[in-house]
Amino acid sequence: MTDAVIPFVLRRLVQAVPTLFLVVTLSFVLVRLAPGGPFDLERPLAPSAMENLRRVYGLDQPLPVQYARYLGALLTGDLGPSFSVRDLSVAELLGRGLPVSMTLGALALLAALVLGAGLGGLAAAAKGRPLDHAVTALRTVALTVPGFVVAPLLQIAFGLSLRWLPVGGWEGGAPAHLVLPVVTLALPQAAAIAQLTRNALLEVLATQPMRTLRALGLPRRVIALHALRGAALPVISYLGPTAAGLLTGSVVVETIFGLPGIGRAFVDGALNRDYTLVMGTVVLVAVFVVAFNLLVDLAYALVDPRVRHA
Amino acid sequence: MSAAGLSLAGRTRRRLLADPLARASLAVLGLIALACLAGPALTGHAAERIAYDYPRTPPSLAVYPRPETIVPALERLALRMRVRAEDVAVADGTVRLTLASDRPIDERVLTFFSRSDLFGPAAVAARSADGRRLAVTAPVRETRFLLGTDALGRDLLTRILVGGRVSLALGLLATAVALLIGVAYGALAGYLGGAADAAMMRLVDILYALPFIVFVILLVVVFGRSVVLVFVAVGAVEWLDMARIVRGEALSIRRRDYVRAAEALGVSTGAILRRHVVPNALGPVVAYAALLVPKVILLESFLSFLGLGVQEPMTSWGVLIAEGARSIETSPWMLVAPAAVLVATLAALNLVGDRLRAALEPGAA
Repeated sequence: MTDAVIPFVLRRLVQAVPTLFLVVTLSFVLVRLAPGGPFDLERPLAPSAMENLRRVYGLDQPLPVQYARYLGALLTGDLGPSFSVRDLSVAELLGRGLPVSMTLGALALLAALVLGAGLGGLAAAAKGRPLDHAVTALRTVALTVPGFVVAPLLQIAFGLSLRWLPVGGWEGGAPAHLVLPVVTLALPQAAAIAQLTRNALLEVLATQPMRTLRALGLPRRVIALHALRGAALPVISYLGPTAAGLLTGSVVVETIFGLPGIGRAFVDGALNRDYTLVMGTVVLVAVFVVAFNLLVDLAYALVDPRVRHA
Repeated sequence: MSAAGLSLAGRTRRRLLADPLARASLAVLGLIALACLAGPALTGHAAERIAYDYPRTPPSLAVYPRPETIVPALERLALRMRVRAEDVAVADGTVRLTLASDRPIDERVLTFFSRSDLFGPAAVAARSADGRRLAVTAPVRETRFLLGTDALGRDLLTRILVGGRVSLALGLLATAVALLIGVAYGALAGYLGGAADAAMMRLVDILYALPFIVFVILLVVVFGRSVVLVFVAVGAVEWLDMARIVRGEALSIRRRDYVRAAEALGVSTGAILRRHVVPNALGPVVAYAALLVPKVILLESFLSFLGLGVQEPMTSWGVLIAEGARSIETSPWMLVAPAAVLVATLAALNLVGDRLRAALEPGAA
């Protein structure tokens, strides 16, 4: 199997090139189509100053030249200077925001996985009984109440009324400041994972091999372990895009809780026409998406021998 | 009860309506849609009307103005008219009072009454000879704020219903765009098959890997203030699933005898797609479209919440929720009421979509 992994990864990386290329091109075109420019101020700059600025940042060149230059720089890993935050490069800006977003995302992912798999397992074990219905109801609520409603409610309940937790801020990632954002991020994902786990478990348990295991009188623990392995597939394929989305920041949660992650940086960049910051964030997110899809496929092969030998 | 002999639509409708939850969801949706369409005319408030006298009024069935607030309100009014209010009496929805001043009173100050949110236009009942005392009657303007008011005193129920028009219309608009592109693209790919299909679906795969939310935000920035254009764009991004579903259907349909026959008769590709492929692939498309509407409505709320979507003075559920989230400390109903309507709509749409999908499955009982 190990022999097959490296060519597989290489093939996937090659396949990712057109995707990334399309992402860069599309976002370049879109951000340049947007009306206004990065140096538009309330009080317009003197034409000569504007001209100088545009020359310094290479904006005086024709668009195809700018595009070629950007691609060239990108190939060497250079994301360029930020247009809206002076003296900082896009790489530095993203380097500041990424740890925030990744901490939140990783914790939320972990919480969602533990909670979701646990609840899903419980629901499957109690199929058709009140506990199963309770989990279903909980899931429906968590999936339909959007994060921007949940977050303010959490703030008022645990922040303002009970005064247990701070309502916002980062404070270097102090644990108390992480709780509410992580819960907000994790709830809908946990609900989705619970649903996937429950349905997959029930499906697997109904298959012939599982019935055989039960007929052999194996302990429930062993059967559960086998079933979980089979049920992991849909959950894994759900986790790929979800993980990429969570780790690269949730704009809403960062906005509501005032966290300096890259989701917020992206929106601000888009509003300020910070071309390079927008492009840099898009590239980063796209790389995450590609990487996680690859990880999902690898995990698939690890869990499911049929995929491995195909 | 046998489903034999019924058309696909008839059978699906019967199965869907046999499910009490689906019936309830459809009823909720119908009610919300009807309320959004007709309701704003019936609440007795205009969505934009600012009632300076009733900011942040909590939801209640009570009639405003409360009796105990009438006299203080009259005194405030008198202060602004630079007169004194005397002998105030309230009866049968009318106030009678005497305005007194040290100088003759100009009757034009009475416009203050109709400008206030508590009273209607005032009439002079009697005037003293020196003009320093004016007996006045004015009707009390009775109103209700069933869901309370916002920070500017605008009636929240009316605003939710008016905002619902925007949210629902945008959801339907984007879904229609996605439907149009997805069905056409998927049907063509599936019907053509072979290399054309492979190339077309490869493009879909690539687009699938794009960070969707990032592109939506970019589109919003590009199209700026034109919300309609933004949602046309959202529809143009959301057609991928639709294309995949229709393509799968089209792949099997194109092998059917009636398609073969049409081909043998020399019917053009476009006509075959229109007459045979698309109509026969519509079942799952309907179910998916029903699931797409709540997705788009949620997206609209999300964008409006970030201040990127619908802009004041237009309103939508997302705008209202954003306002509510900002004033949750002082007036929690401003968040809870629009959020509850949004969640009810989303839940009902999701449920109907789910049940529709189940009902459309050939093997379903």
